[in-house]
Amino acid sequence: MDIDLITNILYATVRTGTPLILVALGEMVCEKSGVLNLGQEGMLLMGAVVGFMAAVTTGSLFVAVLLAIVAGILMSLLFGFLSITLVSNQVATGLALTIFGAGLSAFLGSSYVGVGITGIEPMSIPFLSEIPIIGKIFFQQDPLVYLSFILFGVVFWIFKSSRIGLQIRAVGENPEAANAMGINVHKVRYMAVIFGGAMTGLAGGYLSLAYTPLWAEGMSAGRGWIALALVVFASWKAERIMLGAYLFGAASIMHLVMQGLGFEVAPNLLAMLPYVATIAVLVLLSSNHMKTKLSAPMSLGTPYRPQV
Amino acid sequence: MFNTSLKLEKRPSDSQTMSYLSPLLAIILTLICGGILFALLGHDPLEALYTFFISPLTDAYGWAELGIKVAPLLLCATGLMMCFKAKIWNIGAEGQFIMGGLGGSWAALQFLDATSSWVLIPIMLTGMASGLVWAAITAYLKTHFKANEILTTIMLNYIAVNALLWAVHGPLKDPQGFNFPESALFVDATLLPLISDDYRLNISIFFGLFALVAVWTLMSRTWVGYQIQVLGEDAKAARYAGFKENQLTWFALLTCGALAGLAGVSEVTGPIGQLIPSISPGYGYAAIIVVFLGRMNPIGLVFASMLLALTYMGGEMVQMEMALPKSLTGLFQGMLLFFLLACDLLISYRVVLVKKVLDKKVSPSATIDAAS
Amino acid sequence: MKSLKTLVTALTLSATVMAQAADNVKVGFVYVGPTGDAGWTYSHDEARKYVVDQLGDKVETSYVESVAEGADAERVIRNLAAKGHDLIFTTSFGYMNPTLKVAKRFPNVKFEHATGYKQSKNVGTYMARAYQARYLTGLVAGKMTKSNVIGYVASFPIPEVIRGINAFTKGVREVNPDATVKVVWVSTWYDPAKEREAAETLILQKADVLTQHTDSAAVIQTAEAKGIYAIGYHSDMSAYGSTAHLTSAVHDWRPIYLAKTKAVLNDTWTKEDIWYGIKEGVTDIAPLNDAIPADVKAMVLAKKAALKAGTIRVFDGPIKDQSGVEKVAKGASLSDGDLKGFGWYVEGVDGKLPKS
Repeated sequence: MDIDLITNILYATVRTGTPLILVALGEMVCEKSGVLNLGQEGMLLMGAVVGFMAAVTTGSLFVAVLLAIVAGILMSLLFGFLSITLVSNQVATGLALTIFGAGLSAFLGSSYVGVGITGIEPMSIPFLSEIPIIGKIFFQQDPLVYLSFILFGVVFWIFKSSRIGLQIRAVGENPEAANAMGINVHKVRYMAVIFGGAMTGLAGGYLSLAYTPLWAEGMSAGRGWIALALVVFASWKAERIMLGAYLFGAASIMHLVMQGLGFEVAPNLLAMLPYVATIAVLVLLSSNHMKTKLSAPMSLGTPYRPQV
Repeated sequence: MFNTSLKLEKRPSDSQTMSYLSPLLAIILTLICGGILFALLGHDPLEALYTFFISPLTDAYGWAELGIKVAPLLLCATGLMMCFKAKIWNIGAEGQFIMGGLGGSWAALQFLDATSSWVLIPIMLTGMASGLVWAAITAYLKTHFKANEILTTIMLNYIAVNALLWAVHGPLKDPQGFNFPESALFVDATLLPLISDDYRLNISIFFGLFALVAVWTLMSRTWVGYQIQVLGEDAKAARYAGFKENQLTWFALLTCGALAGLAGVSEVTGPIGQLIPSISPGYGYAAIIVVFLGRMNPIGLVFASMLLALTYMGGEMVQMEMALPKSLTGLFQGMLLFFLLACDLLISYRVVLVKKVLDKKVSPSATIDAAS
Repeated sequence: MKSLKTLVTALTLSATVMAQAADNVKVGFVYVGPTGDAGWTYSHDEARKYVVDQLGDKVETSYVESVAEGADAERVIRNLAAKGHDLIFTTSFGYMNPTLKVAKRFPNVKFEHATGYKQSKNVGTYMARAYQARYLTGLVAGKMTKSNVIGYVASFPIPEVIRGINAFTKGVREVNPDATVKVVWVSTWYDPAKEREAAETLILQKADVLTQHTDSAAVIQTAEAKGIYAIGYHSDMSAYGSTAHLTSAVHDWRPIYLAKTKAVLNDTWTKEDIWYGIKEGVTDIAPLNDAIPADVKAMVLAKKAALKAGTIRVFDGPIKDQSGVEKVAKGASLSDGDLKGFGWYVEGVDGKLPKS
């Protein structure tokens, strides 16, 4: 393998990891506030279909991305209303959202199948893109990839040193105590859920507008689930989400590259690679288990309802 | 300006009446919304609802088919219920189901010249063992490395799918099958006995019901069951009481693996009759919904799996009879689930009209356990 | 198109002779994917719509989409039969055994199963000789490649897919003996993002013409984005990349569905094992891109005409396998039976056929 090939593999890795990063960062914020939203796959598909429909009808990719985000937010509001306001079971509500989103997206998108659009194209960043290797890998991507870098920074900062981050964490760890401190638990949880919806909607838009600019039913092909697993993998840390998403991306690229390089392993066995790699790395990372245990938000999955 | 609003007020104890009324209310709401949806699409709402919910069950064949779908759902859901009670978030019933089907198929293919149905016993046991081993990986990673089971089970599901694909394209492929990815057809002796020759329903429905009763008895009447409940409700208390958390984790996961494996092997030796690349239409995932919909209660589980099975069959019916797209099934299922979840609120809470409280003093708050 | 009309006319004529016509028929379709997959199922549903257009109120169709190839398939097929459908098309290989089981219980209903190899009294099978179009597109690819590496994104190593790879490679090598075809298996029929990743992997390995045997158009889009060429499959995929798209190997099930429906309408249905190709218009290539030089276009069209006339066959010898062993001698050709169970690569495919 020459350096050119490796650079190219890493370039593809960044692209492959991007939708996972967006979904996982959003879900992380959501989970930090104590809400487990298993509806990612449904929101992802809704973001993808609405983004694509908007791109076809308005011709503006910018509007399309915005509407993809709005679609994600609307879906997350539905989830939030049930699981926060009506204190429904989060696991079941999330799964229902996935089923609902998959159905609704297929229903809405049926007349957009087979339509082609010009997607969001790569845009090199001046100077940075000229750095050898690194420039090619990170700075000759499309704008949504750059946005994922920025959003990573934002989420990282929120939990590192912002008041909002503290509030979210307080709500996620112990809603009663947070409430006693004067934090509006429901408001914080709603904001976190909406942020998660926006991120997943954006990821859906990335799939149908940038990565593969087309609409076809079920096109997210399980990426929402992978992203959910990545949040756990990352033990609710933004930097580990980046690591995990790129690791997963690299492994899924490698199983294809290895075939081309003449590895004589059955493709179905090679296709297990990303999943095995993720488990293996998790096991390595979990060796310090006290730390991992502490990082899961204590009230995750538990609805909260103050007594009146 | 009216200073009143709707407020939720926690009931002193869960309402028994409401726990029966809430599903009914949810179904009525779904029917109303569904009817409106059908009307908007230009169909007679009553006819559409009849087609969706009633017509699949208008004959014995329909009921038998319902049983075919209920059996695997019930087996998986029973195992999952046990895990969830212990707060072990096993998402892996799907993978365990697939491995059970794969292992069981391998065994069934060893008996291609069998004439006696006794061979079913080793076949079923192999299937259960395969599911159990798959769950054991999760249990091992969880107890030894504290690896989170949500992640490992999701990943193991994908690995299981690929293992199945590998086997069915490779070692278990029918040598006489023109290289198509499916195994030889199992011989009659290796197929589960049918309840009636006219229908496909086989004895796996009894496996499901038996497992449900057994697990329920275990959970409510035995020491192990009690420990699992305590572990789920308060892990600290369980540890304090000296319960062996790791052993309980192993027990719950292995039981679930064996039951899901049994569901898998029953599927290949039942309605499918051979190993094919897609042996599960997502039973392992659907079973998660069944567990929560059934409120982790045995009767609830039976009704929830029947309801879920019915929505799939109803979805096929409206496609056939009214040319409505499959996506509608998803919309309908989603809606039904949303309403059910929302109505469940009424079990523990009542909606009251209150004057707006100006004094915003915070009263002692309560949380509801996700699993209760 | 013309062949289609001829076939239809011929069948209509033969139909009028047999004048024992039913008033109308109910035709059911069982699809493996959503009608919105833009690939396999989409092509079948287009043909269903065509039958409705052509026969108007003489035909009533219904379909069930995304039917899993497991225990559910049998129920769906049976329910279609029980609901008075006279003819049922089951459009995926995995429906073979369920179709046969149901057919036994409904002797008066006619069944047509796509891509299978088992028939019975009331179950016929039909397939498209897609490999003929593959071969023609291989000719195009062989002429258009500069790097002499052609990328092939494949789903699963089943005979249908291997046959396509071999026919394509044969076309490539016929016009360009130095070119090789690199295959990447994605182990899925449908995952646009993964198909794109596979395409990019092939580009990294110097491929400058791509084709795919999966359901989405992601490979074409990737080629368009990277400024190389691509060849589509299932349907004309030019909408996804006007400069990259050279042509597509396409299915057209309309002749079969119309003919079979008419046969049931006229009570002339018999069980057959039909394998239609270029000649019957069931397999074809999409219009050739203008980037293809005129002489190449002419050559491809001449070969197409020869295939249609039956003067050449795709797998005419000499054919060597990968190890250079001659599998088919000059003057011989692979039989349909050989083709149906294809389990080896012809010379020119780079990489080993997965044993799995």
